Amino acid sequence: MWTWFYKLASPPYVFGVAAALTPWFFALAALAIGYGTVAGLVFAPPDYQQGDAFRIIYVHAPAAWLSLFAYTTMAVAGGIGLIWRIKMGHAVAAATAPVGASFTLLALVTGSLWGRPMWGTYWAWDPRLTSELILLFLYVGVMSLRPAFEDPARGDRAAALLSIVGVVNVPIIHYSVLWWNSLHQGATVAKIGKPAMPGSMLWPLLSMLLGFMLFYGAVLCIRVRGEVLNRERQATWVREAVKSR
Amino acid sequence: MKVGVWEAFLLVLRRELALSFRRPDQLLQPLVFFLIVTTLFPLGLSVQLSLLRDMAPGVLWVAALLSSLLSLDALFKSDADDGTLEQLALSGQGLNVIVMAKTLAHWLVSGAALVLVSPVVGTALAIPEAAFGTMMLSLSLGTLTLSWLGAIGAGLTVGLKRGNVLLSLIVLPLAMPLLIFGAGATDRAISGASAAGALYLLAALCVLTCTLAPFAATAALRITLE
Amino acid sequence: MSAFWSMGGYARYVWPCFGFAGAVLCWNLWSARGYLAAARSRAVRAMAMDENV
Repeated sequence: MWTWFYKLASPPYVFGVAAALTPWFFALAALAIGYGTVAGLVFAPPDYQQGDAFRIIYVHAPAAWLSLFAYTTMAVAGGIGLIWRIKMGHAVAAATAPVGASFTLLALVTGSLWGRPMWGTYWAWDPRLTSELILLFLYVGVMSLRPAFEDPARGDRAAALLSIVGVVNVPIIHYSVLWWNSLHQGATVAKIGKPAMPGSMLWPLLSMLLGFMLFYGAVLCIRVRGEVLNRERQATWVREAVKSR
Repeated sequence: MKVGVWEAFLLVLRRELALSFRRPDQLLQPLVFFLIVTTLFPLGLSVQLSLLRDMAPGVLWVAALLSSLLSLDALFKSDADDGTLEQLALSGQGLNVIVMAKTLAHWLVSGAALVLVSPVVGTALAIPEAAFGTMMLSLSLGTLTLSWLGAIGAGLTVGLKRGNVLLSLIVLPLAMPLLIFGAGATDRAISGASAAGALYLLAALCVLTCTLAPFAATAALRITLE
Repeated sequence: MSAFWSMGGYARYVWPCFGFAGAVLCWNLWSARGYLAAARSRAVRAMAMDENV
């Protein structure tokens, strides 16, 4: 049952699987994002309070969700590399960092543009915004630490440790709207049973969320292949793999 | 001669303190930096006393953060440079005991010193005396947490070129919640409201860090020393 | 149709958001492919050096 897990520790296997998955991830992502964007911009009715400005949610919420998901993935993958010494863990962690950072930036920028008409300000030092900004700094810290070491393996381990230490921030961001009085609205989708949104608004949002996740998967596959090649340059299987495609 | 854990801890602690006091100029530099930085804000902003009081908690805390960062670089550096750190790691005593002793020594020499000096700075920033107790308590908890966060950062960056810049880049985002609660506690005390909530949160952060950070800092050192 | 473009008056917030989102997605794709291509060419060069040695 666990053989697939063991296989994932093998660089040539990961290289091959990532290559095979990439087009599927992209195709499905394109469909989901395409539907989500069209339905969100055209078919969803304007919000009673926010008018058409609420449509920003269709890029802001998936970006924010992905920023948290990517960081957690980076921390978990780094942890697997650190604890079990599985090099592919470090490859995934290194691959996911820039992607996650870009989505964090997207969440901050779209949030800021949404805040201007809604709250009257481009920025507020509110718990969720502040902790998301801290998340961006944490990404930058991890991405700066890894290349600072002459020995890349040591850099991987140091970056993994740092990302694990920073993962404490992720639940803080998520629960900040619950724990503190915040300008930012509370949970919309996660309320079990009765989400606070009508279906015509909700389905495009879920589709965008799925689409962003699939896109993240596709980009991750490409980057992981790059990481694998960089780390396994000396290995014999690389000759065949690089010659064939 | 087999030394017990507690004896080892005290030995390292005493060594660190002795080494620190042998270089009194290095002890005083972060303190002087703290005093200078807190002076920069009122000079640069040239505000009236009432406005100064409003920004006092933030200024105090940012200055404390920055001056702690200055001394963090040296936490493991000199021992790493001359090979003592490897000897300590191989000594048979748990590396975490040694890390704990070093970090506590660092706090006693920098953070605790900051707390003792803070009434002077507080007066300069027009913080009312009634708020001094909360200010000093929050600074104690905060600098202790910071010493631990800094130990993790120092463990990761010891021996790197431009390590001190990376150290700040790593430690400051982790220290931001600390800054928010610490400044918040002092702020509340100044305005006369109860600072209990913020102080409890600060204490919780401190306890969390003091229990988990030793493992992280030790792991960081092992990564560097391997 | 123009109601669609004006987004109920919020056009200058909504469209830059979607534009920036598209830019981020494109950047991710472009940068990832560049990374893989660079890694591949470095691997090819490393193999060529090995064969010469």
